[in-house]
Amino acid sequence: MEIGLSQYLTVAAIIFTVGIFGIFLNRKNVIVILMSVELILLSVNINLVAFSTFLGDLVGQVFALLVLTVAAGEAAIGLAILVTYFRNRGTIAVEDINLMKG
Amino acid sequence: MNTVLSAIVFLPLIGALIAGLFGTKLFRELGKDSEVYGEHHAHAHDDHHAAHAHDDDHGHHGHSDGPKWPMYLTTALLCLCAVLSWYVFAGFLHEPRVEKIEVLHWINSGALSANWMIRVDTLTAVMLVVVNTVSALVHVYSLGYMSHDESQPRFFAYLSLFTFAMLMLVTADNLVQMFFGWEGVGLASYLLIGFWYQRDSACAAAMKAFIVNRVGDFGFALGIFGVFLVFQTVDFDTIFAAAPAMAGKPMQFLAWAPDTLTVLCLLLFMGAMGKSAQFLLHTWLPDAMEGPTPVSALIHAATMVTAGVFMVARLSPMFELAPHAKEFVVVIGAITAFFAASVGLVQNDIKRVIAYSTCSQLGYMFVALGVGAYGAGVFHLFTHAFFKALLFLSAGSVIHAVSGEQDMRKMGGLGPYIKITFAMMVIGNLALTGFPYTSGFFSKDAIIEAAYVAGSGFAFWALIIAAIFTSFYSWRLTFMTFNGKPRASHEVMEHVHESPMVMLIPLFVLAAGALFAGFVFKDYFIGHYFKEFWGTSLANGPVMEEMEHEGAVPSLVKWSPFVAMVLGFVVAWVFYIRDTSIPKRLAEQHQPLYKFLLNKWYFDELYDFIFVRPTMWLGRFLWKKGDGFIIDGFGPDGVSSVVNDVTRGVVRLQTGYLYHYAFAMMIGVAALTSWFLFGGAH
Repeated sequence: MEIGLSQYLTVAAIIFTVGIFGIFLNRKNVIVILMSVELILLSVNINLVAFSTFLGDLVGQVFALLVLTVAAGEAAIGLAILVTYFRNRGTIAVEDINLMKG
Repeated sequence: MNTVLSAIVFLPLIGALIAGLFGTKLFRELGKDSEVYGEHHAHAHDDHHAAHAHDDDHGHHGHSDGPKWPMYLTTALLCLCAVLSWYVFAGFLHEPRVEKIEVLHWINSGALSANWMIRVDTLTAVMLVVVNTVSALVHVYSLGYMSHDESQPRFFAYLSLFTFAMLMLVTADNLVQMFFGWEGVGLASYLLIGFWYQRDSACAAAMKAFIVNRVGDFGFALGIFGVFLVFQTVDFDTIFAAAPAMAGKPMQFLAWAPDTLTVLCLLLFMGAMGKSAQFLLHTWLPDAMEGPTPVSALIHAATMVTAGVFMVARLSPMFELAPHAKEFVVVIGAITAFFAASVGLVQNDIKRVIAYSTCSQLGYMFVALGVGAYGAGVFHLFTHAFFKALLFLSAGSVIHAVSGEQDMRKMGGLGPYIKITFAMMVIGNLALTGFPYTSGFFSKDAIIEAAYVAGSGFAFWALIIAAIFTSFYSWRLTFMTFNGKPRASHEVMEHVHESPMVMLIPLFVLAAGALFAGFVFKDYFIGHYFKEFWGTSLANGPVMEEMEHEGAVPSLVKWSPFVAMVLGFVVAWVFYIRDTSIPKRLAEQHQPLYKFLLNKWYFDELYDFIFVRPTMWLGRFLWKKGDGFIIDGFGPDGVSSVVNDVTRGVVRLQTGYLYHYAFAMMIGVAALTSWFLFGGAH
């Protein structure tokens, strides 16, 4: 079986869904949420690269590199926030992070 | 003359304003530091509690730290007024006339035009003398009696305000102005009954007086409206000129056609019944004794309660044309005289006995007015003011002596300690019971004779029996207070002391009035010169002239008040000096009757049942159901509770969990995308 565009997109979609569910079904800690966000970005990257190859346009791959950079920055900032948060509140359990509760 | 009359009317107002605005604590505290004020206030408050923890009538423990000048100012102004009033009165003795001074155009609206006039004729001159004399004496007396109270400036301001309102009433030239004075004295009465507002009972009594008076005033107001409807004016002279033309003519009211003047007079008389505490509307007067004793003497004995008598006398030309209304006046007056006297027999509070006595004497006056002997009624008003004020102030002196005790059962044997007060009380009693040649002898006998001559057997006998009762309760009061063994505690008896001179001098003056006022003035008021004296100010009926004829009054009738007086005295003497066990045995033998009288014919209970409770129920119903349930429930409370419910739901949405928000965003994005792809984005 030849591996075409649709397979790539399917994988990307699966990863995206896993990322989404990772965010919502996660009851443990915030790091899992960060990882899920990374997964979502990854799926987007796959999409970009897949379309780039399919259309023969390099802009997509350039965009993917950009996204990777942003994702790295985001992970760094997110982890830094988490560390500070942990120092302040002594926990990063998702249940306990509800300061925005009305 | 105009200046003098204006001065008489307006000096009390000036005194009241100056004393009330600049003399009271409020004004003095205005400039002070707020902290100091708070401290001082708290202190004063504690003092009040100490002073009125018991039924203390004049606040022994209080102290006055305020300025003295408001008291002296108002007293001096009132004394001046009193002197001027006598001067005016003396002028009227020789030359009756009508003086009118226009003060200002007051109301001018459509056909209604009421000018503010000072109208002085003989009747007004008599009232000026009564009001200002008693008021001045009460002011002087209060200097001593209220010296321990810390709100003296307020008290004197109220007294002067009352005097002004009363003067407004008696100098009125039209019904509207009279109504102004009428309500003014009602207000002053309310303020003074509730003068010791720290006491619940005083506040309740003040409200009761005000509300019961409103019932009467309702009738009075309707009467004024009716008069305006019929005569198109509220001016006395115009009404009296037009009244004869209306005599016997019916007026249209819905399906009825009652006699015009009868209706108007009855409505106006309803006001008089309220103000003068006549039968059915009398319940406020005994309770009004919660006020300081000088107030009882001035307002609830000598002046304000006689406003009703004055009003009927002033409107005598109208009442003379309404015979049925006059009959009603006689019946009410006679019932009141009898009823109040019977209740007075068994009361134990020294002031209440005198209050019922006042009520009863007012009944006498109304009988005189009702049978057409207006001169006799006003004469009794005149003499009654002296001896009843004397009795009240003497009672005040007694209360002063026994440290604020008012229950006669706890007095007794005070005679040797306070001889002067004792003598004054006896003089008051003699005048009230009609001892020959005292003032009450002339006026009261004239009324009883007038009732006889007018052929009103019911009124005559009611008055005779009331006279026996009067004599009995008066002497009972005296004997219980001054004779026998002391029943007060040893401590109180040690402190018994005669009142200071400033309280005794008013008593002397009033005693002189009680003894000689009748003898000196009887020829003018009811005797040979009555026609010239009253002039046009009273429309005296034929009764007054008939009484003048020799033989119109059998000597038995002439002697009957004297016999009644002696009878009452002897019975009181036997009961309370000879054998003090008789009253107790009698009360036990006739328990139902005794209870009936002691509880004032159960009027308070009856009114409580008929009026107060249904009103309370209605009020509670409207409050709880009408206002609370319907208006609040569907109005503010309902709206706010709906908003609250909605918000509570919205609040629950805000869980604070990040992933919930993220989920919402996802759903949103998904929905938008779907809409773009499949929906109306084309």
